[in-house]
Amino acid sequence: MISSGEDSNVRKLNTINRRMFIISAAKIIVFGGIITRLFNLQINQNKKYLTLSDKNRLREWKLPPIRGEFIDYFGNIVAGNSEVYQLHVIPEQIENFKNLMVRLKDILNLSPSEFSKLVKKKNSQKPWETLVISENLTWEQFSKINFFLHDLEGAKPVLSVVRDYPYKDSYTHILGYVSEASVKDLNENEKVKKNHVPGLRVGKSGLEKALENDLIGTNSIQRYEVNAYGKRINQIDHVEGINGKKVRLTIDTEVQKYANELMVGKAGSISAMDIYTGELIALHSSPTFDPNLFLYGIDSEEWKKIIKDPLKPLMNKSISGLYSPGSTIKPIVALSALENDVVSTKFKIYCTGKTEFYEQTYHCWKKKGHRSVNLREAIKQSCDTYFYEIARLLGVDRLNETAKKFGLGEKVFDNMFVEEKRGVVPSTKWKKEVIGENWYLGETLINGIGQGYIQTTPLQLCLMTAQLANGGFKIFPKLIIQRNQKTYEEIKYSIDKNLEEFKKVKKDSFIEKGTDFFNKFSKSNYPLFRNPENVKFVLDAMYGSTNEVFGTSYKSRFDDPKYRYAGKTGTAQVKRITEEQRELDLKTSQIPYEERDHALFVAFGPYKNPRYALSVFIEHGGSGSVAAAPIAKKLLKLIVDRHEVREKIRTSNLMDI
Amino acid sequence: MLQRYSFNNETSFFQKLKSFDFVLLFCILIIGIISSFSMYSTDGGEFLYHTKSHIIRFSVFFIMMIFLSFINIRYWHATGYIFYFFILGLLIWASFFGITASGSQRWVNLYIINLQPSELMKIAIIICFAKFFHRVQLKNVNTLKNILFPIVILVIPIVLVISQPDLGTSILIAMSGLVVLWLSGVNIKYFVYSTLILIIAAPFVISFLKPYQKKRILTFFDPEKDPLGAGYQIIQSKIAVGSGGIMGKGFLKGTQSYLEFLPEKHTDFIFTLYSEEFGFIGSILLLILYAILILRIIVIGSSSRSFFGRLFCYGFAASLFIYISVNMCMVLGLLPIVGSPLPIMSYGGSSMLATMIGFALVMSTKIYSRQLII
Repeated sequence: MISSGEDSNVRKLNTINRRMFIISAAKIIVFGGIITRLFNLQINQNKKYLTLSDKNRLREWKLPPIRGEFIDYFGNIVAGNSEVYQLHVIPEQIENFKNLMVRLKDILNLSPSEFSKLVKKKNSQKPWETLVISENLTWEQFSKINFFLHDLEGAKPVLSVVRDYPYKDSYTHILGYVSEASVKDLNENEKVKKNHVPGLRVGKSGLEKALENDLIGTNSIQRYEVNAYGKRINQIDHVEGINGKKVRLTIDTEVQKYANELMVGKAGSISAMDIYTGELIALHSSPTFDPNLFLYGIDSEEWKKIIKDPLKPLMNKSISGLYSPGSTIKPIVALSALENDVVSTKFKIYCTGKTEFYEQTYHCWKKKGHRSVNLREAIKQSCDTYFYEIARLLGVDRLNETAKKFGLGEKVFDNMFVEEKRGVVPSTKWKKEVIGENWYLGETLINGIGQGYIQTTPLQLCLMTAQLANGGFKIFPKLIIQRNQKTYEEIKYSIDKNLEEFKKVKKDSFIEKGTDFFNKFSKSNYPLFRNPENVKFVLDAMYGSTNEVFGTSYKSRFDDPKYRYAGKTGTAQVKRITEEQRELDLKTSQIPYEERDHALFVAFGPYKNPRYALSVFIEHGGSGSVAAAPIAKKLLKLIVDRHEVREKIRTSNLMDI
Repeated sequence: MLQRYSFNNETSFFQKLKSFDFVLLFCILIIGIISSFSMYSTDGGEFLYHTKSHIIRFSVFFIMMIFLSFINIRYWHATGYIFYFFILGLLIWASFFGITASGSQRWVNLYIINLQPSELMKIAIIICFAKFFHRVQLKNVNTLKNILFPIVILVIPIVLVISQPDLGTSILIAMSGLVVLWLSGVNIKYFVYSTLILIIAAPFVISFLKPYQKKRILTFFDPEKDPLGAGYQIIQSKIAVGSGGIMGKGFLKGTQSYLEFLPEKHTDFIFTLYSEEFGFIGSILLLILYAILILRIIVIGSSSRSFFGRLFCYGFAASLFIYISVNMCMVLGLLPIVGSPLPIMSYGGSSMLATMIGFALVMSTKIYSRQLII
């Protein structure tokens, strides 16, 4: 019994030991497995997990880049950055977002729609991205927030910078405006996408949009160590962003402001430029609006007011308004006729007030007629009959060539502004291609007085005048001062040299023509004429128009030789005038606004040594001599007055460059 | 027999002290110190609540273990069933009057401490089975009565623990019990059959699981599916361990734990923290310590003259091995996440108490290794 018991015990002992041995074997295998796993994780994949761990603990905060400023020619800030108080919240760091929002709603008096907008915004962005609760706190709100800050956990009042346009509506159409970046903006511009933070403002029109890549700058980046709940533990580093580039405009704020004042209540445009450097002194479109309104998203009522305004404040009429140039094109028609030797300066016509052509009557603006007029008188008095005749002799295609040379029907700023329009300078080919009809000779006639198919922007007319005024040389209009741009002296030198070259060529021989002939001239400011005398003649006629009796803008002349200028009026019909209306001879105020003529005026001055050209356009303003010329007169006086100051800045800046 | 019996009884206190297993004690102490440092690190390098109470618990229970070691193995044997039923009673109490925390009713309030009876059950089941199979002759092991009885003993606490609900602990109790059954010589075919049945029944069992438990199992197979939800723990744990590298990030420099990316770093994921700060070398060192500990227990068991002592030591060693493996495999992403603490290292009084009672029994087996139990 005992022995069998002992025997059984031994067998039991052996069983237990054997089975324990099996477990021990399993233990070695399992521990081996664990070690392999540890080896794999900690040694083989160490790098991968280290990056993951860094990704966990390090988080970057992008701060909005500081937008480049715009300054005018004299260094005044015209689009700056002003400090504002804002309220930021990072949803991830808040335990109870709803509670906080309800509290903030009370404190800031948020309307239900603003409130739901914020909630929507919160849901659309990542939890660690800053949610901007209010972009522009008043001082009262800001101090109230600070007062309650202890129980507004997670709310952060911050001092931030936003765009500020100190001259409000004066610069609107040059600079455009900024507003919160839309999805479209992000997709269109890689740089915007790269530097985007919630609430980033980007340019929506004008130079703000055109120069976006220069202006935007780069984000400052703060790198923080964060814990699992997104709370910042400590700052690891701070990378300072680069401010956007400062842009210096060619505009003179005083002139620009004055242009704005002159155009109050009127729709239209004013452009003024340096006839040598092409620098724009003023570029204004009226009516305008305050771009500051768009900073925080314009409220719907203001927006409605702007969009429903029949005078179209959103449109930059200087570059995207297309209008018939009216009589302001006559100098070019005359020049074209002279250049092509169609008529001589002595060519005379007897104007009876109308002319018949293929059973159509074409009227001169002066019902009684101008009697016998030569070319100079025709420009001076703006005789339509005379220009019907030379247009007929010239033909539309030759006119087209000259007009294009002087900048009509071409974009003034290449592709800088998306909103800029080319306009139309018709030709037979153009009509065939675009309208699909043959050209009628009658159309040539009305083209000669700037009616019909021809459509130009006010700035094109200004450029045309400037290129006439400088003696007929190509210039390049600009809004921005660039470091490497040609100085006035360089341009003037090359123009003078070109002119001399011309005379020499003329004296030497007439045989040398074609490409060789044009290669002699400097490339940038090449002549646009064949004979400088022709340009001189046209300029003289324009002088007569303003400074001699019977000239169309004689009333707006200056007697002081310092200010004396030359100009050409234009009155563009909007609607075909019927015989009855012609008989009635209504005053401007008696015609419905939409049917009134556009008033135009182009001028350059001072006449002795011209330096500036300008164009004034008043939509439905009536007669050019009555509505546009007096404005041009006032503005030109200011421009001439400010010439010295401008020169001083220019010469002192020369040293810098 | 009688002679030996009396001889053993006469051993003096110093002789008993001398026969202490110092390797075992040393291992326990070292692991205890390591765990205190880890706990200090979880508190962010400050001497705070977790660290304090962990050190106090470790010291108190360690000293208690030494005192308990002097209790003759005989008495453990004698009170084996009582101990089991006492713990079972606590479990039932917990089911009715227990304290609920994080969705599970598993603690009983004993005025001085909150006790988690399910942790103690892990040790009680081993004692109970060791006592049961101590008597049973090998040829009788596979009789119906001798198999059915232990299964009933095992199933009751498991059902109670599952209903708390606490899947992790119930699995560990089941495994502790099964290991002793295995050691006692239960026919292998039963294990094979039951495994087969389990595999077949698995889909049905899974359908009874709570949604969060199901999610955990699914997460195990594809943690990247829901990196911020169910998969978060395991992903973060792997990142912590993996970023530790060979030498670790250094004491108190584990960014994953310091910045609170690690979940439950005091308890189940303490190894992750340790591994992040001390790297591959530190982890291997800890594993070696545990291996020596287990080996030592097996050696003590094999020198015991009583089946009770032997079965207990083997069972306890195997259970320790299972706890450690399950915990480590879990934090390393080799097993689904079920709540299972790492012995000695993890924060938790009941687990520490149970482990220390186990060590006390092992030590008692060593001291009274010549003790025969009739």
